Amino acid sequence: MLNTGLDTATSVRELTFGDAIKEAIAQEMRRDSRVVLMGEDVAEAGTTFKVLTGLVDEFGKDRIIDTPISEAGFSGIGVGAAMAGMRPIIDIMFGDFLTIIMDQMVNQAAKIHYMSGGKWKVPMVFRLTMGATRRSAAQHSQSLHAWPSHIPGLKVIVPSTPYDAKGLFKAAVRDDNPCVIFEHKISYRKVKGPVPEDDYVIPLGVADVKREGKDLTIIATSSMVQTALAGAKLCEEIGIDVEVVDPRCMWPLDEKTLIESVKKTSRCIVMDEGYGRYGVSAELGRWSARARSTTSTRRSRASARCTCRFRSARRSKI
Amino acid sequence: MYRQMVAIRLFEERVNDLYTRALMPGLAHLYIGEEAIACGICEILRKDDFITSTHRGHGHCLAKGASPDLMFAELLGKEAGYCKGKGGSMHIADPSTGNLGANAIVGGSAGIATGAAYAAKYLKTGQVAVCFFGEGALGQGLLYEELNLAQLWKLPVIFVCENNGYNEYTHFSESTAGDVPARAAAFGMETATIDGQNVREVFETASKLIERARNGEGPAFLQCITYRYHGHHVGDIARAYYRPKAEEQTWVTERDPITLHGEWLMKNKVADRAQLDAIQAELVTQMDAAMEWAIASPYPDPSRVTEDVYA
Repeated sequence: MLNTGLDTATSVRELTFGDAIKEAIAQEMRRDSRVVLMGEDVAEAGTTFKVLTGLVDEFGKDRIIDTPISEAGFSGIGVGAAMAGMRPIIDIMFGDFLTIIMDQMVNQAAKIHYMSGGKWKVPMVFRLTMGATRRSAAQHSQSLHAWPSHIPGLKVIVPSTPYDAKGLFKAAVRDDNPCVIFEHKISYRKVKGPVPEDDYVIPLGVADVKREGKDLTIIATSSMVQTALAGAKLCEEIGIDVEVVDPRCMWPLDEKTLIESVKKTSRCIVMDEGYGRYGVSAELGRWSARARSTTSTRRSRASARCTCRFRSARRSKI
Repeated sequence: MYRQMVAIRLFEERVNDLYTRALMPGLAHLYIGEEAIACGICEILRKDDFITSTHRGHGHCLAKGASPDLMFAELLGKEAGYCKGKGGSMHIADPSTGNLGANAIVGGSAGIATGAAYAAKYLKTGQVAVCFFGEGALGQGLLYEELNLAQLWKLPVIFVCENNGYNEYTHFSESTAGDVPARAAAFGMETATIDGQNVREVFETASKLIERARNGEGPAFLQCITYRYHGHHVGDIARAYYRPKAEEQTWVTERDPITLHGEWLMKNKVADRAQLDAIQAELVTQMDAAMEWAIASPYPDPSRVTEDVYA
């Protein structure tokens, strides 16, 4: 199931996570003139992470739009523009700035379809980042993907590979609901992988088994998928066969695939970079517990704190 | 415009009645006293022009073309309502009349209106957007982000500040520093302050601002001085602690927008008393019928509560 679709693709290149996202945005903008992207320093600067470098040359400043530092302001513009027939991508830069746009995302974008009895649609994408690994201190390091995952009306995407990032991003742009995508900051350049040049879409809400195994399931999100795969390799050396499952979307959540995996292995570790309390790891752990028909199921979860321990332990041993 | 103002007044009187008879769920914030603003402005708008409204939004929705029977049904949580009963009093939305929705977050729709104006400009549709908000929204930071963006990008949006003098139960002088239109003027925006009780003045000033916006000359900020006759919401009855009864009486007897416009119509021989009375009588019959129809119409099946979360 790993990298589904690669076998039939005509032209597959090795791309970074960031370049895969840029390709997704470029293809969607070529396909649909209603797609625009707005945010701080997105045009000539190509974002602070340099992920969108060059897009403005192709699409111009009318479609790759630099905004003032007014995250709530241009998020609100995204909501209204989406309702009025466009498909905006709203670039929020650091995920920590989610706090600034919460009203536009939660009380407006997420609620409008429901409050209007299904009459208005809000087809838009919020781009945010996550990940603590640049040591940028407390206000530029959080992984807040649990927050929008709590809100009915939002779809939340947490890709881990360049292949998934491209396919999921394109699905988000075409979706009629407000979608929130969390891109891992370190993955932008460090994570590379095969990506077809083709136009392909990965349906939202379908988990991916990144590695099959029979002894232990690791449910991992975002950058933790790479960490889990590395861990699985180490385990292989000592005879433990690890299965790594990537939910890919926090919502819609493919709980069936998680449960099936844990039923098979009877053991489960959840790895996620967000805060432990009331968070993604707790939610994924809750679903994995549904596999309890196999009585010997054991679970543990690694959230931000545990993950750091795991990583430092790994560094010291390797 | 006279007819529409009377229609809103009669609609709101019936909302008050429904609420006090405990037939209506949620909250009810009445627009009575402020009718000239919605009517004067929506009279100018095309059907496909956009509006965003507020928790005190029934008047905006009706003036933009909403049908009273479907409005009553929505307020009562009925299946036939504009939003299948899921929006209620504070969230009436209707794509067929360009109504992007009433919003219960004070100032929360400033972005939506500006965004719709952005789309109109990008898609070259010739539409404009009108953002109605109360003076309470002047305290919200989002409004200033949108004023800046709207002016920066020359978007066809009109910010209409309905200044009824009170942020809920607090006089606006206790919450608002400086000069209100000067705040918008600081962004280089066209501004005006008018008598919100004079529907002709509203119409004339807004016509110029809307035409400007439609011609690509940018947004505007229009402050309308007005008054809400009732409380912040229907349950706000004992109001003497925050506003004097004499003040209320003065506005009702001397500044009523319907009375003033009726007098003007008669003075200028556009209509006589009998004609105005006939309009009133006809609308009373219509509104009563709409209300009774809504009361009799069915509630949605409870199983539908989880529908429409996702498109």
